[in-house]
Amino acid sequence: MAVQALDAATLPIDWQRLALPAVLIVVGYGLIPAYASSYLVEAILLPFLALSLAAVGLNLLTGYCGQLSLGSSAFMAVGAFAAYNFNLRIGGLPLPATMILAGISAAGIGVVFGLPSLRLRGFYLAVSTLAAQFFVQWALTKFGWFSNYNPSGVISAPHLTVAGFSLDGATGRYLLSVTTVIVLTGLVSRLVNSATGRNFIAVRDNETAARVIGVPVLRTKLLAFAISSFIIGVAGVLWAFTYLRTVEPAGFNLDRSFQILFIIIIGGLASIRGAFLGAAFIVVFPLVLSRLGAFLFGGLFDSGALDMSQRIVLGALIIIFLIAEPNGLSALFDRLKRRIGSRSS
Amino acid sequence: MTFFSHLRKAAIATAFVLGATAVHADEQYFPLQSYRVGPYAAGGTGFFGGFIDYLNLINIRDGGVNGVKLTWSEGETQYEVEKGVEVYERLKSNPGIAAWNPLSVGIAYAMIDRITDDKVPLITINHGRTDTTDGRVFPYVFPLLLNPYSETSGIVNYIASKEGGLDKLKGKKIVVLYHGSPYGKETIPIYELLSQKYGFELSQIEVPHPGNEQQAQWLTIRREHPDYVVLRGWGVMNPVALKTAQKTGFPADHIVGNVWSNSEEDVIPAGDAAKGYTAITTQASGEQYPVVQEIVKTVYGAGKGNLEDKSRIGSVYHNLGIVNGILNVEAVRIAQAKFGNRTLTGDEVRWGFEHLKLDPARVEALGAKDLFHSINVSWDNHEGDGYVTFQQWDGKKWNVVSDWIAPDWKLLRPIIEKSSEAYAKEKGIKIRTAEDADAVVSN
Repeated sequence: MAVQALDAATLPIDWQRLALPAVLIVVGYGLIPAYASSYLVEAILLPFLALSLAAVGLNLLTGYCGQLSLGSSAFMAVGAFAAYNFNLRIGGLPLPATMILAGISAAGIGVVFGLPSLRLRGFYLAVSTLAAQFFVQWALTKFGWFSNYNPSGVISAPHLTVAGFSLDGATGRYLLSVTTVIVLTGLVSRLVNSATGRNFIAVRDNETAARVIGVPVLRTKLLAFAISSFIIGVAGVLWAFTYLRTVEPAGFNLDRSFQILFIIIIGGLASIRGAFLGAAFIVVFPLVLSRLGAFLFGGLFDSGALDMSQRIVLGALIIIFLIAEPNGLSALFDRLKRRIGSRSS
Repeated sequence: MTFFSHLRKAAIATAFVLGATAVHADEQYFPLQSYRVGPYAAGGTGFFGGFIDYLNLINIRDGGVNGVKLTWSEGETQYEVEKGVEVYERLKSNPGIAAWNPLSVGIAYAMIDRITDDKVPLITINHGRTDTTDGRVFPYVFPLLLNPYSETSGIVNYIASKEGGLDKLKGKKIVVLYHGSPYGKETIPIYELLSQKYGFELSQIEVPHPGNEQQAQWLTIRREHPDYVVLRGWGVMNPVALKTAQKTGFPADHIVGNVWSNSEEDVIPAGDAAKGYTAITTQASGEQYPVVQEIVKTVYGAGKGNLEDKSRIGSVYHNLGIVNGILNVEAVRIAQAKFGNRTLTGDEVRWGFEHLKLDPARVEALGAKDLFHSINVSWDNHEGDGYVTFQQWDGKKWNVVSDWIAPDWKLLRPIIEKSSEAYAKEKGIKIRTAEDADAVVSN
């Protein structure tokens, strides 16, 4: 009797906690590989997953720890080029090890460019992370070794195999991507709820107060840079190896850094879900608009005029969204859920 | 009429159009990853305008290629790799794809693996990855007419002809001013090689992207006092280079532009400073060529012309688009002669490109005499030995100032093979033989 009561009391909580991951796993590993078209995987899901992961990484640094960074795409580039070189130069290195080494390389560069954060804050820090952006791009173009002396400096992705299975097909690359994203996001969500995560938030909210209560501010900031760059570096590997399958330094320009920053602002700062919602918005929405525009007005205007008007619509929508909910899509989502919840009960 | 009734009409019209496409069996489709907005729109509108104009000419004048109608649709890429990939994924499911023509090095690189899996040709006319010239390693990629190495060799041969022969290059001084990007750097080793071979002094100077400030570079050039400057620019870098050259007193007629520094859009913004500037091209500009005249009469006459600004008809990029149209259509025609007058598979069109031989007589029959010289593609040479010519800007238009010049293909081939074989090794690709090239997938 007592056991039954206990079960009844704990079951609903467990269900709620397990429902979302369960649905995600069924969709992510069951439905999508089985039914999704190659367009959905190659043009939408792969960039979405890579950018989501990069946004999770940046959100850790900017959203949780309060350090504004404009160097994200440089760290992605470091990850991508490091993975390429590890793969090329160390024969027989398994892919997961390559990815981890690439992440560690990005983390190293991240710590170096995170050093100014010890003295600089806010916009000043953003400007100094900008240096990472320019330096990395310059170094990758300047030194031919990074691209194995390919005359044009563009590298192409190697074959992807894990434990003897080839992952070169669209589905294989998707599974690699989704698994990486799930594992790393899982780790990040554990981290932000740990003592370290609370240290991040303490540093963000008030550095002096954090120092007073004994948070090692210096170490915390550098740790945030390291972990965030690690994740962004792995996202760079996904971007290069699973999505584009080719990399050139110019592909990781300042625009990409801004794009990732916009993703976390639109999605919601200091929210893991926000990174995914924001990435979905940035990746999927322009495509929907473009398809809709081409469908409705394709014959009337040339594709250039259509593209221009989509940008206007997209810009206007971003402004409207942010006025309606300054805390981003994640907060909007919560509000929606609460309203539905209150109506049904 | 309400908005919704308009919408319904549009939907019905779309359904009708889609239905109509499905009914026609014999169509050959060209997916176009065009760019009409963004920083490189001038090139995109001209090139894709010319390409579409030529496809329209074939449809209106001849009713298609041997009765097979040519169709196409566009997706905007803004010259960005991700957008190019998205458009590729969107358009690749259309039936009867003949070939892809992205006109972007970055997008082409990202597509090499994909189109090789699909077995559909990828055309990178006048640009692209140099070692894709080697058809043994890259069966589906065609840098038609001119790859970057041939361009370099053509420019050096032209300078030699101005000086009175290759032996006269000895002791001359050439400065290469290149764009600080993968594209700009691609030819560094080949200039080095030619400088050693012919004994001219060489100095290569980088202009950081985008190149709107070049005072320092041109002061260096003035100090070095070269006989010629080769401009390997892109976009805004070109007019700025010409203007700065004028300011530092370097004569424009000793500056030679490469194939991406050769358009009206590169010289007009420089104004007077561009007068006398010479640049390489594979296709002459102007609208006096019969095929361009027919496009004006048949396509623009019927109100179906693609260029909004009619003064751009016959411009460098427009004519490049027309030449690209000719090469694509003729490849389809050649493949049809072997496989039948029907919708061909991508692999059949690949076979067509690998037998794309247009001698000067055939080029004249196509109405393109003097527009471009000839092409001779084979299963292992995907460039096809294109000839180049040089045009000089007189302040209003380009004038051809040289004969058709042949690059030194023999010298370049071993370097290309070395690079492509290294790529094959890195990617584990089996090197193709002539028999492999004749095995064609027909369904």
